[in-house]
Amino acid sequence: MSEETTPDAAAVRDPARRAFLGVSATAAAAAAGFVALAPGVRLMELAQAQSSYPAAGQFASSKIRWGMLIDTTKCATGCTDCVTACNKENAIEPGSGRPAQSSQWIRKIELTEQAGGHRELSLPMMCQHCANPPCVDVCPTGASFKRADGIVLVDRHICIGCRYCMMACPYQARSFVHEPLHDQNPEVPRGQGCVESCTLCVQRIDRGQGPACVEACTQAGHGAMIFGDLNDPAGEIAKRIATTASSQVRADLRLDPGVRYQGI
Amino acid sequence: MKLLRGQSASSRARSILAYRGGMSRISLRGSSHLDLLATLPVHAIRLLFIFVFAIGANLSFAGVPKPVIDIAKPGSKCLAPPEVMRRTHMSMLLHQREKTLRLGERGAKVSLEGCIECHANKSNGSVLGSNQNFCQTCHAYVAVKVDCFECHQPSTGMVKTAGTKP
Repeated sequence: MSEETTPDAAAVRDPARRAFLGVSATAAAAAAGFVALAPGVRLMELAQAQSSYPAAGQFASSKIRWGMLIDTTKCATGCTDCVTACNKENAIEPGSGRPAQSSQWIRKIELTEQAGGHRELSLPMMCQHCANPPCVDVCPTGASFKRADGIVLVDRHICIGCRYCMMACPYQARSFVHEPLHDQNPEVPRGQGCVESCTLCVQRIDRGQGPACVEACTQAGHGAMIFGDLNDPAGEIAKRIATTASSQVRADLRLDPGVRYQGI
Repeated sequence: MKLLRGQSASSRARSILAYRGGMSRISLRGSSHLDLLATLPVHAIRLLFIFVFAIGANLSFAGVPKPVIDIAKPGSKCLAPPEVMRRTHMSMLLHQREKTLRLGERGAKVSLEGCIECHANKSNGSVLGSNQNFCQTCHAYVAVKVDCFECHQPSTGMVKTAGTKP
């Protein structure tokens, strides 16, 4: 997205400003005699966790770069918790008896090291939310685009279903919807004739939550996936990337993916 | 949306009648002015018939049922008066969809989900389904295809998932 389309800086959804407001709100509440619910838990956060969006007039901020870090050493072979959670959240159902045609926003890949002790490796693969996305470069209508906070999306309103982006993506992350769909999640509109891919659960991110796959992985106790702002040096994801070796899949293409892997 | 631009049911009926009324016969024959003069009374009578027919078609609208508005939450206030909403809801949605999808604005007043929450039908909780349902009833009346729900969910049934912060 060009800078001209970015709205007024004051209105931009800025985590630092939000945190400051949150702290001052707590201070004000404490001064007014209100008791905090628990250390670090504020009513505002509870409200946000209850699936409500922020007020209108706040936009995705270019100060944020949403990303994911996947620790393949913790990712169990055969486990598909992330895939199941993704399918549930985004209402992705296998096509009518034609699994080869059904959409796949995230998939598990099992790898075996040929040399040495045949080390087995398992990892989830999805849209890598590149900083320089080739799908956006090739899209003839401008339907494929990158949001200010680094999430790569398809604008289905103007997607003509040419599937150029599917050809361009080195991660084979995109799917084409071949058949009419019903029972979509109201927040995840999907339909026949459009290309689609992982949205990092943008509807949840805008509510202040993380992607469904990461939540499922954490809740199941695997802890193989973490999600956060790559630009926030105080965040867990940036700290982990700063201290432990991580790699980008097909780093040679210099696409600067937002999804990083450890242990491959 | 595919608009049949500027055509109401009555004007369509009128233009069809006018076309079938034999007005084009003169030019088809390549006739002279004399011919025209000779056949003038006939044409005048035909024109009169066409007029009567057209007026009749206008008055007797029995073939096109009027929209039926049966909504789940009546009485609650819409974003603008009905006459404004009828004319501008499509452009309101068009502009907001850019902001929501491309700029990430959420919680705006204008939202398709908001339309559905109030205007869904009592019986099936949807804005589609039959000519008793809010979106479908008017769109059928004005013969405008509504494409929104090929991707968007037309009913309020599905529960949103709650979750934790990252």
